[in-house]
Amino acid sequence: MAKTAHKNQLAPGISRLSHSKVFSKRATYKAKKESKPKADAAEAKKAFVRKPYVKEDLVDVLTAKKNELVQAAVTPRPKHSRKALRAPKLRKSITPGTVLIMLAGRFRGKRVVFLKQLKSGLLLVTGPFKLNGVPLRRVNQAYVIASSTKVDISGVKIDSKFNDAYFKHEKEAKLKGTEEEFFGKEAQKKEHPAHKLADQKLADKDIVAAVAKVPYLASYLSSTFSLTKGQAPHKLKY
Amino acid sequence: MPFVALFLKKLCLYSKGRFLGFKRGKRNQYEHTALVQLEDVNSKEETTFYAGKRIAYLYRAPTAKKGTNVRCIWGRITRSHGNSGVVRAKFRHNLPPSAMGSSVRVMLYPSNI
Repeated sequence: MAKTAHKNQLAPGISRLSHSKVFSKRATYKAKKESKPKADAAEAKKAFVRKPYVKEDLVDVLTAKKNELVQAAVTPRPKHSRKALRAPKLRKSITPGTVLIMLAGRFRGKRVVFLKQLKSGLLLVTGPFKLNGVPLRRVNQAYVIASSTKVDISGVKIDSKFNDAYFKHEKEAKLKGTEEEFFGKEAQKKEHPAHKLADQKLADKDIVAAVAKVPYLASYLSSTFSLTKGQAPHKLKY
Repeated sequence: MPFVALFLKKLCLYSKGRFLGFKRGKRNQYEHTALVQLEDVNSKEETTFYAGKRIAYLYRAPTAKKGTNVRCIWGRITRSHGNSGVVRAKFRHNLPPSAMGSSVRVMLYPSNI
């Protein structure tokens, strides 16, 4: 849909401006009227040929008109969305190397290292796996507490292949309705792909080295966060 | 306590609240808004941390569903209520009156720290 049409319509088919408003906006009355040379009256008469009168069937006429209407109606098109997908802003407290506390999901309570924000806005984090069992993973920043601890990962290069597509689940073939659904095949545990294991090791290598430089940081990362009695989360310094 | 349990830290990522009752006037009550007293929160200023946080009321039902008897009603903290650390919360289904006085879980997410 053209941009102007979008702008001038309140809803599809409803004009934003009234008939008289459009007239004054177009301001055609300001333009000079070009006077057309009048055609010769006699010639005009010659050109005009009266159509022979044919008696038409009423039904034919009506249905013909209906068809015209159908043709005139534009097939409904979805409205063009001008919203752009933008990644949510990263909180100021989260910078590369920040130790985050996971709040929900399988790894809740674990302390992980933030690497970078992906295009989708999700955070790329790693345990590192060797220290606390958290693999390279995407998390939403709403489900994470940024602690004041930081790991110096300024010298660590993060492979650009760790993007959103890398973490997408592969679709499984449908088993429904087949014999395999009933007999056994589900019991087989899927193995973690070997290339991902290798990726994890490679990515964590430098981070683990950076962690090892700071005393107690490794044990801090391998410990979990938990609230105990009398600990009010709003009074804690994370 | 078993010997092993001494070393197993129980994972707890929520603080407690108490469902006091519904928002109300002298004669009418509005069941769509629940009032919750947060633990260790005693002033209006302190409640700002909890605004928007998810809140869960857990209860046990006689019949198991999906293999558990525990069911849950989720809600969110909307705003403070009064000056003594009480907050208003909206649940996806209004809390039953039988829940009055029982505790609710105040989760730490969505986080903004």
